Amino acid sequence: MNTPLKDIIARCEGLFEDLRFASVQEWKAAAPGRKAIGYMPIYVPRELIHAAGMLPVGIFGGGDQMEVIQGDAYYQSYICRIPRSTVELGLTGRLDCLDGMLFPSICDVIRNLSGMWQIMFKDKYVKYFDVPQDYDDAIGGEFYVHEMQALRDDLARLRGAPVTDDELRASIAVYNDNRRAIRDLYAFRAQQPWQAPTVELYLLLRAGCVLPPEEHTRLVREYLAAAAAEKRTKRDNARVVLTGAFCEQPPLGLIKSIEMAGCYIVDDDFMLVMRWLLDEVPEQGDPLVELSKAFLHRSAQTPSKYDDKKEDKGKYLLEQVRTRGAEGVVFASPSFCDPALLERPMLQDVLAKHKIPYTAFKFAENTGQMAPIREQAGTFADSIKLWSAA
Amino acid sequence: MTTPIQVMPQAAPARKPPSVQKEDAMWLQKEMITRNYHELASAHAEGRKISATFVPGNLNELLMCFDFVRRLPETDALQNGMRKKSGKMIMDAERDGHSEDVCTYVKTDLGMMLQGEFGPTGEPMPHPDVLLLSYTGCFTFMKWFELVRQKYGCETLMLHVPYQGDAKISPNMREYVVRQLKDKIIPALERISGVKFDIDRLRGYMKESAKAEEDLVRVLQSAKHRPSPIDGYFGGVYYIGPMFTAFRGAPEATRFYAMLNAEVQERMRQGKGPMTPEGELAEEKYRLVVEGPPNWTHFREFWKMFYDEGAVVVASTYAKVGGVYDFGFRHDPERPLESLADYCLGCYTNLNFPQRIDMICRYLDEYSADGLLINSIKSCNSFSAGQLLILREVEKRTGKPAAFIESDLVDPRYFSAANIKNRLESYFQMIKQKRAAAVH
Repeated sequence: MNTPLKDIIARCEGLFEDLRFASVQEWKAAAPGRKAIGYMPIYVPRELIHAAGMLPVGIFGGGDQMEVIQGDAYYQSYICRIPRSTVELGLTGRLDCLDGMLFPSICDVIRNLSGMWQIMFKDKYVKYFDVPQDYDDAIGGEFYVHEMQALRDDLARLRGAPVTDDELRASIAVYNDNRRAIRDLYAFRAQQPWQAPTVELYLLLRAGCVLPPEEHTRLVREYLAAAAAEKRTKRDNARVVLTGAFCEQPPLGLIKSIEMAGCYIVDDDFMLVMRWLLDEVPEQGDPLVELSKAFLHRSAQTPSKYDDKKEDKGKYLLEQVRTRGAEGVVFASPSFCDPALLERPMLQDVLAKHKIPYTAFKFAENTGQMAPIREQAGTFADSIKLWSAA
Repeated sequence: MTTPIQVMPQAAPARKPPSVQKEDAMWLQKEMITRNYHELASAHAEGRKISATFVPGNLNELLMCFDFVRRLPETDALQNGMRKKSGKMIMDAERDGHSEDVCTYVKTDLGMMLQGEFGPTGEPMPHPDVLLLSYTGCFTFMKWFELVRQKYGCETLMLHVPYQGDAKISPNMREYVVRQLKDKIIPALERISGVKFDIDRLRGYMKESAKAEEDLVRVLQSAKHRPSPIDGYFGGVYYIGPMFTAFRGAPEATRFYAMLNAEVQERMRQGKGPMTPEGELAEEKYRLVVEGPPNWTHFREFWKMFYDEGAVVVASTYAKVGGVYDFGFRHDPERPLESLADYCLGCYTNLNFPQRIDMICRYLDEYSADGLLINSIKSCNSFSAGQLLILREVEKRTGKPAAFIESDLVDPRYFSAANIKNRLESYFQMIKQKRAAAVH
């Protein structure tokens, strides 16, 4: 029997709201010696963690339900919110279930947080995970393979046994399957956004941050079946791509507000880790080399990643607009997010050249006032639907 | 300095009628910078190519091998800040669509271009022919040059310098930088400049660099003496200027540092305090270590708050932003590319947090400082994110008092003189009380 849609969503909501990570604790308790490794946005090769028999856990801040008290004492008012809520999660023991944390190369704030974590949580494994900005296999690729090998060695030490190539290949297969499911989910939403509201898609992605990938893939498939069977009303909404929310996450209310205001979000950059690699990673050959090639040549574009050529700027966003049949772009960037806010004018310039309408606002993960955002998104949807030349 | 020291007579600058008092080396440095802006203004007319690159991890010796006239956009921004021009430039950039939340160096640079592309000295500022994007210790640099490229189509060369997340330079990191230099950067610079790369020429410049670095370290470490003959932050920015910008590796920089070192050693021998814009500091009351860049729009006013109270900065992390030389690193002509890689990898903001904290604690001890002051800069997350943890850790480890003030690099809207003055006065009182408590 298929799982009812409301049960799937209720389960995802439960996982999303649980800032004590009970599901991670349960997973660890189910077998002796299990370990969980946290990672921050945007991308880490989760295959390595999985291959070591550990659970990769995506940490995307504290959201709008958690009061940040201690975390605020570590940051000035002009620093974004995600590091302070992450520190709060750590200092209040909510991340005790994690045996380690990875801080990917994304911005100066997350970079510095890696060193702060080393000081504040001395008993945990902490790694700043650098990724190449040079995309030649012989240069950036070589560097990246070494970085992945260093992580692999660290994880092997943590579990007390080497991580074999076969284990890595098996994990690549597991994540290929997960990426296929996520691609299907995104394609489904783009085709029938009224059947798969973004708030549901978002909750499904967040579930993937704490569930084992095999279980998450099953859940996504179940959702696709259940959502397709649901009778939902199609509205004459504007189809938009939402961009800029690749690190600090908007509150659920903000996503709901955009959709309620008359926009169907048909693509986004939430939790890019799940869609970073754009196609299959070969399950044969040297697994680290294959992961490296996928990163260098077949991965998403995001502000933290250097665009080798001027002409490349905005290509990924334009492709999102084109392939999803979007009519406009919503720039939703966290306040004080350097990568997103510095990138924005360049992307806007590209969109303007292609005559693609856009609107922009900022948020924080605890933004509470949705009326201005609803008004802005509504006006944007109207401008597309009522007043555009088409 | 008022007593001329004839170390390098050929380098001695023409003395200006001073409304402001400066050491001879400071006047010379000013001349060098002005001359560089003039060279930039006339470069294209004279058939020369212009490079732009950032201060931390700048490969000045390498760029000189290709005869580029060298531009450093942060220096342009700070010069515009000191000349009170940055405020309007920032607002122009914001009107052009740049967020109020992001780095004001970037917005000053973009605003300067919007205003008609005249540099800080008023001379034309032509577009660079190449942007060497060596982004050491600051992600914003990457976006900055992408923005410049987007607007002006300048050719951009990325030199990715990995971060010292594990507090060390691994062979993989060094090799990665060297491979980029060999296979990408050098061939591209040859193509753009039309000048063939000569490694012996590079070695020659690096030899000059090492000599100048030796003298710079002597100058910076003179502050261990009591009284300190220098201010390692406000004065320090003059001392690091040539080293961190377009001059390291050039013989004139070597002469500058020889002259500066001789001046400073003489001051130390005579038991003199640092030179301030209002003359020599008569009495050293407080010795501080400062973390973070200075504010440039109110530089004099900010400095005055210190010297009026007899406070001397004996060591600063900002003076290590373009290279950490005082713990032994020197450019090494015997292994030129590896040494350039180590230089880039070792700049202050490329160090991880535990390394930064260790360095500050070491300064507090070795320079017999009374405490740590953090000037937290709104624009600079690379420095600022997490500084409150630095403050706690340093206090915990050294038992010395730390204080925190906030300002910005070049945005005059974020400099609150009364606020900063109040905090500094309270801090100095705190140090006094600590001393009194220690005596009893």
